[in-house]
Amino acid sequence: MINDRLENRRWVISALITVVVLVYIFRLFNLQIIETRYKQGAESNAFLRKTIFPPRGLIYDRNSKLLVYNKPAYDVALIMREIHDLDTLDFCKALNISKEFFDNRMLEIKDRKKNLGYSSYTPQVFMTQLNIEDVAAFQENLYKFPGFYIQNRTLREYTYPHGAHILGSIGEVSRRKLESDPYYKQGDYAGRDGVEFTYESALRGVKGVEILLRDSKGRIQGRYRDGEADEAPKAGTDLYLTLDIELQKIGEQLMNGKIGSAVAIEPSTGEILAMVSNPAFDPSLLVGRQRSANYAALVKDPTKPLMNRATQAQYSPGSTFKPIQALVLQQMGGIKEHTLYSCNGPASSPIKCSHSHGSPVGILNAIEQSCNPYFWSAFRAAIEKEGYGEKNLKFKSHYQEWVDAIKSFGIGRKFEDSDVFEQSSGNVPSQKYYNRYYGETGWRAMTIRSLSIGQGEVLVTPLQLANSMAAIANKGYYITPHLNANDTMQLRKHETLVDSAYFPIVIEGMWRVFEFGTGRRYKLPDISMCGKTGTVENNRGKDHSLFVGFAPRENPKIAIAVVVENAGFGATWAAPIASMMLEQYLKGKIERVELFNQIATSTTNPDVKTR
Amino acid sequence: MSKRDNIQYTLDWTTVVYYLLLVVMGWISIYGASYELDYEGSMLSFDQRAGKQFVWIITALALGGVVLLLDHRIFNYFAYVFYGVAIVLLIVTIFVAPDIKGSRSWIVIGPVSFQPAELAKMATALALAKFMSQYNYRIKAWKDMLPLAIIIFIPFVLILLQKETGSALVFMAFLLMFYREGMKGIVLLLGALAIVLFIVVIRFSIETIGNEQGSWGVVGAIAIIQLIQIIVPFSSHPHKKESLIFLGLSVLVIVASVIINKWYPVDYNYVAIGTSLVTAIYWAFTGILRRYPKLIAVAFISIGSLVFIYASDMIFNHVLEPHHQIRIKVLLNMEDDPTGAGYNVNQSKIAIGSGGLWGKGFLNGTQTKLKYVPEQDTDFIFCTVGEEHGFWGSALVLIIYWLLLMRIMKIGERQKESFHRVYAYSVASILFFHLMINVGMVLGIMPVIGIPLPFFSYGGSSLWGFTLLLFILLRLDASRLERSR
Repeated sequence: MINDRLENRRWVISALITVVVLVYIFRLFNLQIIETRYKQGAESNAFLRKTIFPPRGLIYDRNSKLLVYNKPAYDVALIMREIHDLDTLDFCKALNISKEFFDNRMLEIKDRKKNLGYSSYTPQVFMTQLNIEDVAAFQENLYKFPGFYIQNRTLREYTYPHGAHILGSIGEVSRRKLESDPYYKQGDYAGRDGVEFTYESALRGVKGVEILLRDSKGRIQGRYRDGEADEAPKAGTDLYLTLDIELQKIGEQLMNGKIGSAVAIEPSTGEILAMVSNPAFDPSLLVGRQRSANYAALVKDPTKPLMNRATQAQYSPGSTFKPIQALVLQQMGGIKEHTLYSCNGPASSPIKCSHSHGSPVGILNAIEQSCNPYFWSAFRAAIEKEGYGEKNLKFKSHYQEWVDAIKSFGIGRKFEDSDVFEQSSGNVPSQKYYNRYYGETGWRAMTIRSLSIGQGEVLVTPLQLANSMAAIANKGYYITPHLNANDTMQLRKHETLVDSAYFPIVIEGMWRVFEFGTGRRYKLPDISMCGKTGTVENNRGKDHSLFVGFAPRENPKIAIAVVVENAGFGATWAAPIASMMLEQYLKGKIERVELFNQIATSTTNPDVKTR
Repeated sequence: MSKRDNIQYTLDWTTVVYYLLLVVMGWISIYGASYELDYEGSMLSFDQRAGKQFVWIITALALGGVVLLLDHRIFNYFAYVFYGVAIVLLIVTIFVAPDIKGSRSWIVIGPVSFQPAELAKMATALALAKFMSQYNYRIKAWKDMLPLAIIIFIPFVLILLQKETGSALVFMAFLLMFYREGMKGIVLLLGALAIVLFIVVIRFSIETIGNEQGSWGVVGAIAIIQLIQIIVPFSSHPHKKESLIFLGLSVLVIVASVIINKWYPVDYNYVAIGTSLVTAIYWAFTGILRRYPKLIAVAFISIGSLVFIYASDMIFNHVLEPHHQIRIKVLLNMEDDPTGAGYNVNQSKIAIGSGGLWGKGFLNGTQTKLKYVPEQDTDFIFCTVGEEHGFWGSALVLIIYWLLLMRIMKIGERQKESFHRVYAYSVASILFFHLMINVGMVLGIMPVIGIPLPFFSYGGSSLWGFTLLLFILLRLDASRLERSR
């Protein structure tokens, strides 16, 4: 029967159906069990991992005065795909931006070269760090601009307009940081300089994650498993600085209109009490929307306000080098207990003396009167004490001794174990340097005579200078200068290579500077103070005015270094500034109000913007 | 009334169970698919899709019950009438239907809208069954199929005019039933060959040989034909030697043209066509001279295929509209376009793939809840099953469909009347076609053709249509035990 044959076709059709069903089951197996990328696809589709930024740690000064805190700010974000029927003009009006800005910004966002992670599905930051006032009008009209959102974030706010160089600022993380530290994501903010940078990881806390469910149009539909899988953010740790904000403020006021810096350190602890660099700026300038404009203006300013002169500027110490010189030369034998050297005043050779005093002079007078010939003679005696020797080797070995001793005061290299941001190293010229310059045997004491009076190749930063004073105040050691009050820096004690027995006489000399010498006009009546002025020749005009010192003489509480660039005599500018900062710190207030006002309102450089 | 007359005893309850399983699973999936995260309502809330589907299910069951109570003979007697009514409805639809997402296939009466195309499948199945159950009708020659082709063609064209390409294509499913009823198997094979050739031509058409000297698509497709031209004659005894000679010649031509190409650029397309044509003509003459119809058929198919290859290339590049081209290209992995034409399929694969072995659990699917998958309660409903119930759930659904199809064919085979059998195979073919296209589309191995998954997808028209289709079969089947009155 024909039908019998056709009936068998039932099995062909059954086989066809079975094969299709099996193929589909196999396909399901492949999609659901073997392949893993679809599971990831689903996550990236539906999960919006919203970062919750922890509040950044607050910053206080040594007396627990609040310096830096957070205030709410707003970002305007957009999801390109959701934008429709946008009235651009209305939008620009609401945000108070120009049409050009809008167009440029949109192009920038879409440019994958500039905006690596661009996707039309994910939120992109359109404008960042707006104040509540900026965003209020926009918020009211938000319904008119589908695809745009407002995101919360925090901005730094400052209690005082001071200490910008120390505090530093935060800004969007750089690409390099993004690549080196997986913690950061594009658009995150991190400390860029100052303690904001140094203590970034403590201040920032730990970001949290909130997993939200996002529908195909990007709308948030709720929380994934009611927040079970969310991670709570950990708030940043508060930072207590060694800084005394009142002292910093007085320092900045005194430096107003001048170029230079002032650094104050507590000798017993190495805590930096003040670190003034002028021209300075209000730290709140580098916050929020105006940041880039203000930053650009600061960069352009010829007086370089962004530079922290306290740690980055390098000066010849000039006469302020003499106390250290006196210590090192005693240690090396160039100055003995009753050594006297003659001085012919301005007629001295090879280095003349700028002061008139009796001759011959001893160490106390030499420091008090800042006698150049004395130090030259002592310097030569110390490094030439065995002559030059074969191939100058004996001379050179004594020179090396001198270099090492000077360096042991923290001069000529960075404080590597310090939390102070961006230091310059200064310079104590090495043998190698002179060998290269003059040849192996081509230099002798005479060649490098400028070093004896702190001129020439020797360079220090104000921080190093202040630290060297702390070392003298401590009679032979210093603690690494630092800014974090809770840091156990006590352990980082650095002994100088000068025997403590040599210190009292130098301290006596420095005391005499205030009693009888160049600093006498600025002595506080009831405090015994030690100091040394310096008037440093330089190739950029008028002499730099320098002062170093510490007080009180017994049990010193504060060591200080002040540099006023191109201002003239050390005694005219740096000394009164230092004196008043000592007064502020030791007495808690300025009693010499007239002097204060006179210095604070004087300008040594017309380019400096007064504040 | 004896047991034989009581539908309760004559009804094929197995099928009903499969039907109910699918309908209920579909209903649950629709609830899952249209469930909003912050929605508190139940599966019976009528403002929601699941609640509406519940109404459709109840009414569909009522409809099925009514069908079961009718006299089975009216389906045979009024088969052409049903067909005629369906055709009229289809025509009317073209003129009165509003434009809904580009298709004009819905008749809207007040709050109810309804798609006559769903009814047309059932009506066409009845008409075909009626025609093919005529005394002495048998598919023997091509001319026997002409009336069948016309019965199919009319609704096919009318539905195409409604811009419902997917529903129109469903009418191709009847080929499977024709095969059961005697249509030559070669037709199905040729159909398969055409699909393979089309895919090869399109898939590799962009890959040119040498310096624009032909496309791997065309040459590859012709190579397939040439292989058929060699293997088929080789399998019939007297032509073994000649087949081998042609195999050798073909290889020789390939080698020769590659060598010649070193001095003179060769167009490989023409070389391939020439070789294939020469072979075909040789077989044609040999077939005629030695009276071997099989050889003539081979030659005929080869030449036809050559024409088809060129036509495919032409149609794809010059007739199809860009959005159709893109869909095919995405399917063939020629283009990766997860946000454009490939979006639906990509999202549906993600939804299914993320389900894993056991699924995320009822109402825990994120992809479907968050509306990543388009048309997730209608054409892409299978995604919800895949995401929320995982591999075991979706495989189970496929197995139930398989059991249902096998059951329907079994029912078909046990009928005494060819009207019943033809109708049963029509039902099986239609359901199979829907299953294959719909699930294949969701799994990304079929092009995106929007047709519902029977009994599963949301919608009154399609549920009613499929219920009618199936319950008419059940009614017919139930009558086989009835005493003739």
